[in-house]
Amino acid sequence: MTEIFGVPAPALFGQLLLGLINGAFYAILSLGLAVIFGLLNIINFTHGAQYMMGAFTAWMMLNWAGLGYWWALLLAPLLVGATGILIERLLLARLAGLDHLYGLLLTFGLALVIQGIFRNEFGSTGLPYAIPPELRGGQNLGFMFLPNYRAWVVVVSLAVCLATWLVIEKTRLGSYLRAATENPTLVQAMGIDVPKMVTLTYGFGVALAAFAGVLAAPIYQVSPLMGADLIIVVFAVVVIGGMGSILGSIVTGFGLGVIEGLTKVFWPQASSTVIFVIMAIVLLLRPAGLFGRAS
Amino acid sequence: MAARGEPVAIGPVAATGNGLRHQHLAIAGMVAALAVAPLVLYPVFLMKVLCFALFACAFNLLIGYVGLLSFGHAAFFGTAAYAAGHAAKVWGFPPELAVPFATACSALLGLVFGWLAIRRQGIYFAMITLALAQMLYFFYLQAPFTGGEDGIQAIPRGRLLGVLDLSNDLVMYWVVLAVFLAGFLLIYRTIHSPFGQVLKAIRENEPRAISLGYEVDRYKLLAFVLSAALSGLAGGTKAIVFQLASLTDVHWTMSGEVVLMALVGGLGTVFGPIVGAAVIVSLQNYLAGLGHWVTIVQGLIFVACVLAFRRGIVGELGRLLGKPL
Repeated sequence: MTEIFGVPAPALFGQLLLGLINGAFYAILSLGLAVIFGLLNIINFTHGAQYMMGAFTAWMMLNWAGLGYWWALLLAPLLVGATGILIERLLLARLAGLDHLYGLLLTFGLALVIQGIFRNEFGSTGLPYAIPPELRGGQNLGFMFLPNYRAWVVVVSLAVCLATWLVIEKTRLGSYLRAATENPTLVQAMGIDVPKMVTLTYGFGVALAAFAGVLAAPIYQVSPLMGADLIIVVFAVVVIGGMGSILGSIVTGFGLGVIEGLTKVFWPQASSTVIFVIMAIVLLLRPAGLFGRAS
Repeated sequence: MAARGEPVAIGPVAATGNGLRHQHLAIAGMVAALAVAPLVLYPVFLMKVLCFALFACAFNLLIGYVGLLSFGHAAFFGTAAYAAGHAAKVWGFPPELAVPFATACSALLGLVFGWLAIRRQGIYFAMITLALAQMLYFFYLQAPFTGGEDGIQAIPRGRLLGVLDLSNDLVMYWVVLAVFLAGFLLIYRTIHSPFGQVLKAIRENEPRAISLGYEVDRYKLLAFVLSAALSGLAGGTKAIVFQLASLTDVHWTMSGEVVLMALVGGLGTVFGPIVGAAVIVSLQNYLAGLGHWVTIVQGLIFVACVLAFRRGIVGELGRLLGKPL
């Protein structure tokens, strides 16, 4: 068996792939956080819970309504995004003009409520969600075995991230969004319905989180706390990347996932802390983040 | 909806320098109430309230008087709990050494975390403190001396100065009350000192404080270390009282709870965190048997406080009386 730095190649590539997958989730979630923060000036602490809601919606659709993975991939983001729109209209909109920290506290409270409800309903242990039949099996690449589903997750996440980037950077809608991030009052004065855009942006960010949740369901078990610890790592990713750049979020997300995967191979004990350590180093060298602008 | 404009800072009812007499009266009333409380209430419950009240006061020093929201204060509380537990159980330290040792550990940790976190402000500060605390959580999860999921159990309460037998709950209560009052009065003295005035100036307008020549970062760091040390004092005392240090003490839920206590009582008020701690600890006791309803209710209180009750209990009371409490 081939070895690389004393580690069997299949193990190394396996962890690298898992790192890429984790990185895909970091990228999608930090992207959503960045888009929401840009327009609403709120750090959405509920993001992890909404990712979990996406996974649970897929599970409920399968077990209660018999709707499979592909339906879930389409409908779960829409449904969870709709709850996000309700949250924005009913709660977050009332925080206009207050310190940004109140948004963090409110969404933290919401996350506790949502996680508590799901734990009461489903217990704390994970529920299995099968890989869809079309994506079972895998390819033997010679140096490693590549499960089809994992390849799919990496490819589709990349596609979604890049599509989001294209929409924001290259379309008219995206230019409104960027303008409103810079100066909402001026954009409003030009006749664009900024409040509606704020609501839809929040809904979109939440839908992204739910989409990631559906993707994650067959890989990890579906459990009420699956998003709770993840969101804290994503916060660290956001601090490392800075929220100024969409492409920056994507690159940072995938990059850190890979670094975490490699750490799992070479120094397993440090794998859960490596991202936080990188955050500390980045704070020392470049406090505004790798892609951030100094404020 | 109006565009999201200039943020309104988190802060207390405008505190004026004159007339602190009502606050002194309130302190006297609080001491009297705490002195007779064990006649009416279970001392172990009271000790829990006092430990968390001190923790919440220490947290409030940062958010209320410097405007920094730390979402990782469990790191200091839990570190001190482990340090006190390890020192008392494994090294055989008496409580009068174990708790100061724990406080020193938290202060040192506060120096490192604060040094990193004050590089960013506002929302980033909250995320950084949360992430650093989570890093420490994972470290403690694996570290051999913490006992992993079991925690450090059966920590001996010992004898204070070789004389007072702390295994008696009532004796322990008087010691905890003394520790609480010492910490509380230190915070009270700090916020009314010239140093505290500078902290408030930083909270109100950081660029102006800088332009007046204050080295803002040093003030922030000192306040952070003080807050971390006092959180450690609370955590170390808690470990001795309950003879237990566990992962619960360092988990992010603990960081969230202390935020909630300060919020319910009133951010930036002197007595708010104490009232908030009493409310939340009572609530936890009351709902303990109801599964995850505790989390749900705490979350709902968060939402309700942010939407409709931002001044908190003591803040509202102070507004009604027309005097900052």
